[in-house]
Amino acid sequence: MSTVHGPDARTAPSAVRHLVVVSGGVGQPSSTRLLADRMTGSAVASLAVVGLTAQVEVVDVRDLARDQTSMVLTGVPTPRLGEAFGVVAAADAVLLVTPIYSGSYPGMVKDFLDLLPPDALRGLPVLMGATAGTARHALALEHAVRPLLSHLGALVVPTGVFAATEDFGEVTGSTTADEVPLSVRISRAGTELAELVAQRAPRSPAADPFALTASFEELLRGQ
Amino acid sequence: MMQFGVFTVGDVTADPTTGRTPSEGERIAAMLAIALKAEEVGLDVFATGEHHNPPFVPSSPTTMLGWIAARTERIVLSTATTLITTNDPVKIAEDYAMLQHLAGGRVDLMMGRGNTGPVYPWFGQDIRNGIPLAVENYALLHRLWREDVVDWQGRFRSPLQSFTSTPRPLDGVAPFVWHGSIRSPEIAEQAAYYGDGFFHNNIFWPSEHTAQMVNLYRERFEHYGHGSADQAIVGLGGQVFMRPRSQDAVQEFRPYFDVAPVYGHGPSLEEFTEMTPLTVGSPQQVIDRYAGMRDVVGDYQRQMFLIDHAGLPLSTVLEQIEILGTEVVPVLRRELAVGRPAHVPDAPTHARLVAAAGDRRDAPVHALADDVTGRSPVVVP
Repeated sequence: MSTVHGPDARTAPSAVRHLVVVSGGVGQPSSTRLLADRMTGSAVASLAVVGLTAQVEVVDVRDLARDQTSMVLTGVPTPRLGEAFGVVAAADAVLLVTPIYSGSYPGMVKDFLDLLPPDALRGLPVLMGATAGTARHALALEHAVRPLLSHLGALVVPTGVFAATEDFGEVTGSTTADEVPLSVRISRAGTELAELVAQRAPRSPAADPFALTASFEELLRGQ
Repeated sequence: MMQFGVFTVGDVTADPTTGRTPSEGERIAAMLAIALKAEEVGLDVFATGEHHNPPFVPSSPTTMLGWIAARTERIVLSTATTLITTNDPVKIAEDYAMLQHLAGGRVDLMMGRGNTGPVYPWFGQDIRNGIPLAVENYALLHRLWREDVVDWQGRFRSPLQSFTSTPRPLDGVAPFVWHGSIRSPEIAEQAAYYGDGFFHNNIFWPSEHTAQMVNLYRERFEHYGHGSADQAIVGLGGQVFMRPRSQDAVQEFRPYFDVAPVYGHGPSLEEFTEMTPLTVGSPQQVIDRYAGMRDVVGDYQRQMFLIDHAGLPLSTVLEQIEILGTEVVPVLRRELAVGRPAHVPDAPTHARLVAAAGDRRDAPVHALADDVTGRSPVVVP
């Protein structure tokens, strides 16, 4: 995790929103992270347009790969994973960017989502992005990632950003062309995310899963 | 005084260094040998798990503990855990009261819910009702040991009219109960409500989590008026492997750790020992680590060690118990007694419970319904 940019929250506390970028790229450098950074830039700019200052935190899932396997087997988060979950719990919006393998997200990304505390993404605006070696995976976002995020209760932004290798060769374009160039899709997605975030109050702190919510008298009465 | 003991899951697991899997009979015999060894070296408690699915053998804890009771004189026999969800609380009341008589009071229990979904329907239950089952069943069990004649109706079990659980608890005093939970605040609350013990089996968990759960229990214990927070009755799990030289311990234990059920193929031995109470090293390292546990949870009453899982051969396990009993526990007893406030209770025993109740009370009950009023007779002590 690293804070990449964002002004000091103390200057305008009420207008700050936490944008958490979850990048599932495996390589270093990774094209998934490259896309994630471009989408982040777009989201930050769009949030600024609606008067919100983004504080960005990035979770690189590859850095958590061994911790995730440990937790899958022991059921207990490692300190590093606990920290990452805390970052997600504080998010006002999440940007999930994943590589596509064999038509879907890789297990490492699924592990991260599986291991998140229950309801970590419920009701949360989530913008999805994906990279793949070929444009033939373009609908993986719709067929694989969106249903997964829906299952987790996320408020998924309508536009998902898919980038095949060749998309990185295009820099400009217009929405009237047959194929919408990557930069236009990124821009549109950022705008949609910002609009969703702007409609919502800042996230209240996540409930402590180990806090007591009912007295024993209530438990005895079956409540 | 604190109590120190060993608890066993009763898993049948291949020894990864030889590939040999013990038979069920061998595993059961090994559990008995472990209990006898624990008594021999002066440990205070032996506790067995309860499981109803392979590869675990201890499906009938009171049968096993009854055998051990007949061959021991001092050690307290306990469970880790008794399934309060899928067992009929009436049968728990009867079985453990009988065991209490056979063992001369050297019996307590740790209640647990069980986390294996398919086991619940085998006993007519549903894991999604885990907490409500634990709450209702224990509420009944608590009454069955304390009231000679019980009328009762609940959600999960057929009603009882004029029911007397026999035999009545030894000396009129119910066995002490611990409530074991790793991550459910409701169970810490349950333990606090009744003034029972709370056992945090922290063997997979970092100390901050253990401290949070124990502190919740302590606060609520005080809230329910059983005493001050530091007088609540706390037990902890632990896991150790020892050799005189720490590098020998690590070398010998690593092949068992690396493929152990539950955590094998996951975290490294080094990561796991840092994150959890698992200590692999010299007896002195174990002493240092466990002497520090009271800094996490406050002065506490019971420390249990897991020493026999993952296919470790019986001979090795018996050596571990020997080291615990001769080198580790005597030092921990001394060190943890230093600075322990006088108002912090000793570990619960039958004798202490009888003393707290005033005196022993033998209560034969002949519960015949009164055929005029239909009500049960008042029992004359």
